[in-house]
Amino acid sequence: MSAAVPALHCEGVQASLGRAVVLHGIDLTLPAGRWSAIVGPNGAGKSTLLRVLAGLLPHDGTVQLFGQPMARMPGRTRAQRLAWLGQGGAGEGSADDLLVYDVAMLGRLPHQRWLASPSDADRAAVERALRSTQAWDWRERPLGQLSGGERQRVLLARALAVEAEVLLMDEPLANLDPPHQADWMHTVRALVAQGRTVVSVLHELSMALAADTVAVMADGRLMHHGAAADVSTHRALERVFDDRVAVHSVAHQWIALPR
Amino acid sequence: MNAQRRRALILSLALLALSVGALLFGLGIGSTGFQSVLAARHDPIALQIVWDIRLPRTLGAWLAGGLLGLAGAVAQGLFRNPLADPYLLGSASGASLGVAVALLLFGASPSTTQWVIRLGLTGAAFVGAVVAVLLTLALARGVQQTLRLLLAGVIVGVVLGAVKDLITIQSADILVALTGFMLGSTGLVGWSACALMAIFGASCLLLGWALAPVLDGLALGESTAASLGLPLGAMRAALVAVLALATGAAVAQTGLIAFVGLAAPHLVRSAVKTTHAWLLVLSALMGGLLLMTADLGARWFIAPQELPVGVLTAVLGGSYLLWLMHRRSLRGGA
Repeated sequence: MSAAVPALHCEGVQASLGRAVVLHGIDLTLPAGRWSAIVGPNGAGKSTLLRVLAGLLPHDGTVQLFGQPMARMPGRTRAQRLAWLGQGGAGEGSADDLLVYDVAMLGRLPHQRWLASPSDADRAAVERALRSTQAWDWRERPLGQLSGGERQRVLLARALAVEAEVLLMDEPLANLDPPHQADWMHTVRALVAQGRTVVSVLHELSMALAADTVAVMADGRLMHHGAAADVSTHRALERVFDDRVAVHSVAHQWIALPR
Repeated sequence: MNAQRRRALILSLALLALSVGALLFGLGIGSTGFQSVLAARHDPIALQIVWDIRLPRTLGAWLAGGLLGLAGAVAQGLFRNPLADPYLLGSASGASLGVAVALLLFGASPSTTQWVIRLGLTGAAFVGAVVAVLLTLALARGVQQTLRLLLAGVIVGVVLGAVKDLITIQSADILVALTGFMLGSTGLVGWSACALMAIFGASCLLLGWALAPVLDGLALGESTAASLGLPLGAMRAALVAVLALATGAAVAQTGLIAFVGLAAPHLVRSAVKTTHAWLLVLSALMGGLLLMTADLGARWFIAPQELPVGVLTAVLGGSYLLWLMHRRSLRGGA
């Protein structure tokens, strides 16, 4: 695969929830092998855009995954190449009786023949994923016995177990305490170091500024997309939050604080 | 094999063993008691009582309970709601309406009722249940929207129930005949009914088991299930078919049996935490044991009279669920 081919590219994407148009002609190119964050105020359309990029929401316009139109891609192929982690509350209640190990093994479904038993490769991938989120020790516990943060780490492991080239995550830090937020970032950095692409919708602006690129959204439109370190990205971020946040440099890191 | 898988295996073997025990016990319950069983070798009438009446009836209760348990587990997985039961898509009202229409068309005098019951009731109930589910699907415009499907099921249930009531008030005979159906009974289950339920049961269990990973995926949310690359629409339609056919086959042969479909998956979950593949199989086994045991109780408590088995399942199942909730709230400190 050519290094110049972006992981995800969308043009003229328009999407509606019910009758309300929530995305207005988004053009966005997300580079391969990088971590991109999508930020913006509530109702900006971040999660909707992520769902469009994941092929989970009907839309107008085109989305390409590594140069191939996603609409024409078989679901199984897409699922092998692109993993999805939804918002933390997803599945709460009805998934309570599933064991942690079985939840993570669901991530291997796109790689398995239907009704086939998990292979050694599947089991190894699940173990790697659960260990990387420090959830291996709970593998025989039901999901319902875990706290919100522990549950989120298991769901992350499920997405990691896919071992896809692209990982899309919608608010993955919800319910995670600061040490586990740091662990999450290390996991993302490790994935990027392996050449994987990570795209995450984040409300934690300082965490988003640790990404390689940041897409700034407001009112269903893409206002800016640039390197996290660019001043123009910082200004766009401050603008969409009505200048109620300010980006500062502290100890060689960018952080966003309320004014 | 992990601890929960071992528990699931042990539970399935225990349910099977208890079912065989209950089946053997069921052969001896009736006005002539175990004497018929002991005399069956040399007395053709005793053999007929055991082989043609008690055995198919007891086995039929197990099969109908299995179908309801399976349908309950599918419904709860499909709708991601532990309170979902097999009758959620309007099949109960559809089956009742089917029977009411059959009684209206063929009459409900004692002689014709007997004929209708033997030949037309099961078919009418099955057709009614399946038509009601199809109506629900049409109203919900497919199976994609779970909430719309649930609402459509409730609406179809209420409307068909009202039509059934309209027919029922036409004649006291229809009311009496329909009440028997609504209370549920295994009294008329014979070998042909057993064969039908066994065929439907095996097919539905096999299809449900093959689709179980979809239910696991759906438990994590719609978007997660869709992201796994599954043809969600087709698989959901197949699961609705399993739900409709399993419920329709059971209701047609035994009438409306309450609580088995709701309680069986809960009882399994309280004993073992596992994937839907195991849950479906265990719920079918649990449902079978529940209804067979309830049927034995219904035949035994006030023998030689019988209680309607549906009443017994409602009382026993409801009491157990209440106890379960109480135990959970104590554990949770609520």
